[in-house]
Amino acid sequence: MIKTDALIIGAGPTGLFTAHQLKLIGLDCEVVDNLDKIGGQCIELYPDKPIYDIPAIPECTGEELTNSLIKQLKPFNIKFHLSERVDEVKNNNGKWEVKTNKGTLFNTPNIIIAGGVGSFEPRKFAPKECERFEEKSIFYSIKDKTIFKDKTVSIFGGGDSALDWAVELSKNSKVNLIHRRDEFRGAQSTVNKMNELKKAGKINLYTKYQLKNVKGSENIESIDIEHDNKEVTNLKTDFILGFFGLIMQLGPIANWGLNLNKKTINVDTEKFETNQKGIYAVGDICNYPGKLKLILSGFHEGALAARACFKLAKPNEKYRFEFTTSSKTIKNRLGIKSD
Amino acid sequence: MTKIVYIEHSGKSHSINVQNGLTVMEGAIQNNIPGIDADCGGSMACATCHVYVKEEWFDKLPKKEDGEEDMLDMAFEPNKFSRLSCQLIVTDELDGLIVQLPSKQT
Repeated sequence: MIKTDALIIGAGPTGLFTAHQLKLIGLDCEVVDNLDKIGGQCIELYPDKPIYDIPAIPECTGEELTNSLIKQLKPFNIKFHLSERVDEVKNNNGKWEVKTNKGTLFNTPNIIIAGGVGSFEPRKFAPKECERFEEKSIFYSIKDKTIFKDKTVSIFGGGDSALDWAVELSKNSKVNLIHRRDEFRGAQSTVNKMNELKKAGKINLYTKYQLKNVKGSENIESIDIEHDNKEVTNLKTDFILGFFGLIMQLGPIANWGLNLNKKTINVDTEKFETNQKGIYAVGDICNYPGKLKLILSGFHEGALAARACFKLAKPNEKYRFEFTTSSKTIKNRLGIKSD
Repeated sequence: MTKIVYIEHSGKSHSINVQNGLTVMEGAIQNNIPGIDADCGGSMACATCHVYVKEEWFDKLPKKEDGEEDMLDMAFEPNKFSRLSCQLIVTDELDGLIVQLPSKQT
């Protein structure tokens, strides 16, 4: 059981700056994120896209912004729990008990949800029957590539993940690569490599095809794929892999007894607290009259929510507002020697 | 104001007057048309405002930019009439545009 003053859910820009604000005022915090890296939407959706409306930064990409925020957190030792999703939140004597899908347990008076539009999950195949083969014959990510050795693998998708795995698995497996159009959006060098492997007979390429249905009892035996012109082809296959990117889902947050408004959480604008005492929501996921889904709004909301955490984390102390330019205590926390 | 017709997957039709300059996605969100999520808010980063443009309208629309086709790879059940509605800006020329919504966005 990890005890902390505040638990932040979401390691996007808002979550990162909120962590900074908490540490600055002398509170501990830990951060959980379902992605395998820090940065949230900025890293997952638009690492290379320039952002023009961060105050005092005329232009920066999602990746640059993330790196700057991480750099800003450097004086503090903050524990990140990546590739973990918070599943359960329960109240126990005024403290929140939080459990992740990997079994990590937290006990904290404050939970700050900085979850963007929810957690990122792989986008799945459309046919309904696919669900029961998941993690047996159908995968959306690969943990152990050895299971595909000497088997037939049908890979769907047109980006880097699909291409990289088609190239890699073609060494030891029979690979079908299926994509809905002729162009691939992966790196040109990988596209070239895939085309070479296709010429050498190592990869069977099917473009303008999509998955129509899967057949099999315990495991998949074959799949039907349909061409744009409606022609259907049956492929014998042992496994299918889908690489269609990630989607955002509110996920378990919907079950925590919070006041929801579509995919957002209603909060007040003093503490950014939800209808549950000690649970706050900041950034894109929160909702209040006038809410703007801007990164700068998330920073403001995080700064206020962090102050609100103080009261529950240190009930016997009084929070005192201080400036970073003048406070010795804050400079000590930042590891800056003041003279 | 330009008339845009949104047809839900169930067949239910909504004829909406949308202000020129807004996107077809914004027209749907502002009028609470179910079936368009627009998770990323129109930055062409998520493919959850995917629509099927009625065939006779498809060629009348401005062509897709590079990124849109890439993003459509990630849409739910895209077909050759698929567009991202956040990339369709409403103008007088689109008066009467019909878009059909997929069974779901994710």
